[in-house]
Amino acid sequence: MEKRIVILGAGTGGTLMANKLRRRYGDEHTITVVDLDDRHVYQPDLLFVPFGLVAPNGICRPRSKQLRRGIEFRIGEVERVEAQANTVHLADGSALPYDVLIIASGNVLLPEETEGLTGSGWGTNAFTYYTVEGAAALHKAMEGFDGGRLVVNIVEMPIKCPVAPLEFCFLADWWLQKGGLREKTEIVLATPLDGAFTKPVASKMLGDLLERKNIRVETEFATGRVDGEAGKLVSWDDREIPYDLLVSIPLHGGSPYVERSEGLGDELGFIPTDPGTLQTKAAPNVFALGDATNLPTSKAGAVAHFQAETLIENVERFLTGKPLESSFDGHANCFIETGFGKALLLDFNYDVEPLPGKFPFPVVGPLSLLKESRIDHLGKLAFRQVYWHLLLPGRRIPTVSAQLKMAGKDTRLIRAEGGTP
Amino acid sequence: MTTVTLAGSPVEVDGEGFFVKPEQWTKEMGEEIARSSGIGQLTDRHWQVVEFMRKTFLETGAAPSIRALGKTSGVSIKELYELFPKGPAKLAAKIAGIPKPRGCV
Repeated sequence: MEKRIVILGAGTGGTLMANKLRRRYGDEHTITVVDLDDRHVYQPDLLFVPFGLVAPNGICRPRSKQLRRGIEFRIGEVERVEAQANTVHLADGSALPYDVLIIASGNVLLPEETEGLTGSGWGTNAFTYYTVEGAAALHKAMEGFDGGRLVVNIVEMPIKCPVAPLEFCFLADWWLQKGGLREKTEIVLATPLDGAFTKPVASKMLGDLLERKNIRVETEFATGRVDGEAGKLVSWDDREIPYDLLVSIPLHGGSPYVERSEGLGDELGFIPTDPGTLQTKAAPNVFALGDATNLPTSKAGAVAHFQAETLIENVERFLTGKPLESSFDGHANCFIETGFGKALLLDFNYDVEPLPGKFPFPVVGPLSLLKESRIDHLGKLAFRQVYWHLLLPGRRIPTVSAQLKMAGKDTRLIRAEGGTP
Repeated sequence: MTTVTLAGSPVEVDGEGFFVKPEQWTKEMGEEIARSSGIGQLTDRHWQVVEFMRKTFLETGAAPSIRALGKTSGVSIKELYELFPKGPAKLAAKIAGIPKPRGCV
């Protein structure tokens, strides 16, 4: 019997789920995808825009063009989800009834929730590169920058791609050296975390790398407000960090409709989701993947990609009345650009923190884990094509498995309380 | 993991002094931890936060972040920092006898 599958969001997770479902079911079920606009951004490249390494319009393509023929794409705002009535209400008054709902609406930036951030100086000497327009504006400001204090600030976790602010620091170090401005610039990373990253082994290694590149890290800095007039960040416990150029990673929250939907999200608008099956707590026929969930793994495209492998099977199991499988292990995988044509790779999940080693094959790699290399940088660049041509269309990426593999990882550095094998 | 004595009873804590078994906690232990961490006497406002944290943890299995506390505990983030200087979420979790709030990934 024909079922109606509705997907909220045509970003990484929503697009690849829609395409996978369409491949599997053809005309058997109807698939409708809803998003606010028709612009799909390849978000990993936002990092390169401020340094002029890619053009802003080069990282965007129409969402509609990434969806297979036969998938219905609707542009519109979601007013709310009424899970008890199996219905999505759109802002234009129309209703979308569903048999299965997949929430893939990611998160939104909330710069206005930090006092002073969008006030004086916003767009002049304070920017975020987490949007296309913000990244383009920051590029202009970087071009005119003549040294001083460059402060990169994570307001509060969670954020998309938690390593991106580190990458920004590494690239800024390279870019300033290239322009002869490094001597005249102090780079500061102000983070609410107690180290460079959330997991101990990687935090230590990345912390050492920041130190070698002479990037100062202000840890446990909980940003209370921004004083744009004076050009300084002020923490809740009254520490101050002055800046000449501020690169802010603002607060993130779930999509606004989540708050308007009874029983759907938590207090930050993220969707409470089962970590293994990806079924939401809202209703048995509502699933979620990607940045929209409340799961303790990175908000990153690679995670949505691995989750899709679990989700497609669980949608099938749900439709055929079988018990769901708890197969998602929190797997995340990300390239970290470190400047000077190098990068390093992290591979981790709910239980296993990022470790050094080789990927995807032990010993031969060719990619290195948690160690800078030229080939990891080339891997990061090559991933652009993989994204548009393999990942979004829902094809399998050769050699990369949805579950984390321990082969090739050096487990000697795991701290006793790390909870890993 | 170590065993310490709080309010006359043995309690299992981790390397940083967070409870491993929240069921071992009593209010008197919370008061003792507050005194030894320099907060002194706990006021009603402190207790509002501590009890909220404990309740949230027991219901959901996770301690709320500072941001979630500011939105849902009835105490603003500014006041949280006044009540529990340095790290409100961590300090309140320690006093509430629950494990350390996990940093997001």
